[in-house]
Amino acid sequence: MFRKKVKPVSELEEFRGQNPAWCPGCGNLQILRAFKLAMVELGIKPHELTIVSGIGQAGKFPHYTRCNTFNGLHGRTLPVAQAIHLVNHDMRVLAVAGDGDCYGEGGNHLLHAMRRNLDVTVFVHDNQVYGLTKGQASPTTDEGMVTGTQPFGVLYEPMNPMALAVAMDCSFVARGFSGNQEQLQKLMQAALEHKGFALIDILQNCVTFNKLNTFQWYKERCYPVGPEHDSSDREAAFRMALEFGDRIPTGIIYRHPRHTLEEALPEIANREPLVHQPFSQEDVAGELERYY
Amino acid sequence: MDYSIMIGGQAGQGLQTIGSVLAKLFSRSGFHVFTHQDYMSRIRGGHNFYQVRFSDHPLSSSRSLVDILIALDKTTVEEHRDSMAPGGFIVYDPDTVKEDYEGEGFLGVPFRKIAMDAAGNRLMENTVAVGAALGMLGMGLKTLDELLTETFARKGREVVDQNLVAAKAGADFARENCGDCRFAVPGTTATAPRRMLLDGTAAVGLGALMSGCRFYAAYPMTPSTGVMNFMADQSRKHSLVVEQAEDEIAAINMAIGASFAGVRSMTGTAGGGFALMVEGLSLAAMTETPVVIFVGQRPAPATGFPTRTEQGDLLNLAHASHGEFPRIVLAPGSPEQAFYLTGKAFDLAEKYQVPAFILSDQYLADTEWTLDGLDPGKINYQDYRVRAGDLEKMEIYRRHAYTETGISPLAEPGASRHLVVTDSDEHDEDGHLVEDAETRNRMVDKRLLRKLPLIRDEISPPLLHGAENPETVVCGWGSTYGVMKEAVDQLSESASIAMLHFSEILPFPGTKVFDYLEVLRSAKNTVCVENNATSQFARLMRAETGFEFGSHVNRYDGRPFLLDELLEELGNPSADVPEEGEAGV
Ligand SMILES: Cc1ncc(C[n+]2csc(CCOP(=O)(O)OP(=O)(O)O)c2C)c(N)n1
Ligand code: SF4
Repeated sequence: MFRKKVKPVSELEEFRGQNPAWCPGCGNLQILRAFKLAMVELGIKPHELTIVSGIGQAGKFPHYTRCNTFNGLHGRTLPVAQAIHLVNHDMRVLAVAGDGDCYGEGGNHLLHAMRRNLDVTVFVHDNQVYGLTKGQASPTTDEGMVTGTQPFGVLYEPMNPMALAVAMDCSFVARGFSGNQEQLQKLMQAALEHKGFALIDILQNCVTFNKLNTFQWYKERCYPVGPEHDSSDREAAFRMALEFGDRIPTGIIYRHPRHTLEEALPEIANREPLVHQPFSQEDVAGELERYY
Repeated sequence: MDYSIMIGGQAGQGLQTIGSVLAKLFSRSGFHVFTHQDYMSRIRGGHNFYQVRFSDHPLSSSRSLVDILIALDKTTVEEHRDSMAPGGFIVYDPDTVKEDYEGEGFLGVPFRKIAMDAAGNRLMENTVAVGAALGMLGMGLKTLDELLTETFARKGREVVDQNLVAAKAGADFARENCGDCRFAVPGTTATAPRRMLLDGTAAVGLGALMSGCRFYAAYPMTPSTGVMNFMADQSRKHSLVVEQAEDEIAAINMAIGASFAGVRSMTGTAGGGFALMVEGLSLAAMTETPVVIFVGQRPAPATGFPTRTEQGDLLNLAHASHGEFPRIVLAPGSPEQAFYLTGKAFDLAEKYQVPAFILSDQYLADTEWTLDGLDPGKINYQDYRVRAGDLEKMEIYRRHAYTETGISPLAEPGASRHLVVTDSDEHDEDGHLVEDAETRNRMVDKRLLRKLPLIRDEISPPLLHGAENPETVVCGWGSTYGVMKEAVDQLSESASIAMLHFSEILPFPGTKVFDYLEVLRSAKNTVCVENNATSQFARLMRAETGFEFGSHVNRYDGRPFLLDELLEELGNPSADVPEEGEAGV
């Protein structure tokens, strides 16, 4: 069982949102719980965080806690999240997405978010299936799984988000499992504390639509990466990222601290957030002169 | 006096430099200037031209007749020799064009040789061409000197002098060899009014800048890229972040995110890119996040004519997206309007928390106009958001609170303990998702039905220009403003004619302030002029007001209306009975 330093319960209470409408036993519930504990542990207040989510079961996440929320479109979490951080780099921004949302509909945005390397964290609730639309294959669904829309079973290989992220030199790459609360909470904290774009792929069971990758299935396979794993070693990270089958490593797979976009962009680097920089028409009116 | 100079050649030959120097020079010399460009979708080669018209009376369009044609290649001579005005001259370098044209109306000027002889630098051949034009027009080189000094100040006096020597040599050559030149340009006086020379692109950019735009995200697509370049350039000096998104979907979602976070933001694209933004448009509407979207039209479907012009996206903008919500569509007709309407777009978008479009096109993007000046003070800048102190003072905060006006308090997330919550799903006042029928009804009332009449009241009526009780009304919208105005001005001398121009299109203007429908109904002839094949504005007009135009003038070959051509079309409007189905209405 998870045990932690005693903190006043009221703080956890601050993150109590609407009652989740997820199925009993759904991995999302555990992810939500780990998140709240991580927030309490980090001492972040609800209004100091903005969660951007997409559409899917995972997309409902921010409504079940308390924080600033932009629950946008399917697949479009990352552009919104990055822009919020660009104009207000004091704001901690978390994007929450499903595997279909982030790897399918929004795949292109993920590639470019990794390149931009803004200080934004993304939790991908990876249940290897589409939950909200009732069980179609997602980009991470195992080959062969039969669904209503894949009557012959999925005919191609699943994508490997961890290997993709390492290949993209994403500055923080981790995998969690909803069933390992203690580790998941730590990973969330590390990701939220990491300066730069941080991706956590969180394996999550869907009790209703994924009868293949069940809680038990994950439980038997997931193992925490040991202290001997050097997360700054890209080749080692690659090997670890490629491991997905009988054994699935969880933990920080790759970490490459590098400058973030907000540190490189002169308009905001070492300056107040854009949203707080003063504006007056007089400051810009001189630009008309060039056209005389 | 009304002269038109055209510079034609291949992409990469520097015709743009010659054109823009001449345009600025005429403007500086106190003349009214109108320029327009025509280029192919290629970086080198092809046939492009830049037309500069200048006069001592206001101009707002291009003519088809050319007085001086500076031909940088043979194609230019062949393509445009039939467009020469009586007494006009084709100026060319026999060495480059590899042809000696005999007879009247040709002036061979060895640009390159003169550049070498005078300045010892063949790169100066374009300056020689500029000088030759000035020589033919009998204009002095003083203003050119000032311009070159400004332009090349960074490169040093030597470069300026070299250019000047080249220009002078060109001017001298032209003066000596063009005895037949009959151009008469009145001398400039020291009291010549100070005028701006501005194109549609810079006007939109300046308008955005003066409106407090802080964030611009876009994916390059002609003819909207100019605005992105303008904003990127400004970001070096002013507090403004410009991000080149991975695609248009990201661009509009970024603009929405930035606006949610508390700054004024904008995105821009052309029709093809806008197709990708449509879902985001609906997101802005549902979350009531202000956003300004610049759409530069070009001929479509699909990739169409990338560098040419059309007014083919009006109905798309009017109807794009799933669901029902208010949207603002402003379609400027001139750089001046583009400046002020961009300001209006930002103001209304934020005041009513709705998406606002600036609908322009390739033609307006590139045309340069002279104007007396712009007044940023006329752009209403007001921060409608609830910021830190005021937010803190609110006992409860609800992002989507019901109000009499439908406008809820728009707060900056993170500025206080109050949470800012919004959702693309239907939501309650707090921004949390709901599914009940009652909340849905109240939210639609709030977002759409309450706001719409208020926004409509902000929309200015169309501009009536010309006769008081016109027999003929020429109607149009957006970038056809200038050519319609000049045409109507000329036709007014002999006919009872007026123009009705719409630059604020959606919500469709009401008739409270000005009953334009009455003007149309009282007229004998009503003509709708549009740069598209199916008379989209006329269709919108019919849907919104029930009014049907008597006839239509449409152009859809990717080129703008030119003055003489439109004059001919409108010359006898009563005879212009529309053919059944012709306009597709
Ligand atoms: C543009 C668009 N396409 C499709 C949908 C329908 N849709 C909603 S959620 C979803 C997939 C959700 O799967 P995933 O992202 O894996 O999240 P989960 O529900 O499993 O948490 C789809 C296809 C939509 N809302 N928007
Ligand atoms: S369908 Fe699956 S993902 Fe959705 S709530 Fe139920 S268990 Fe969770």
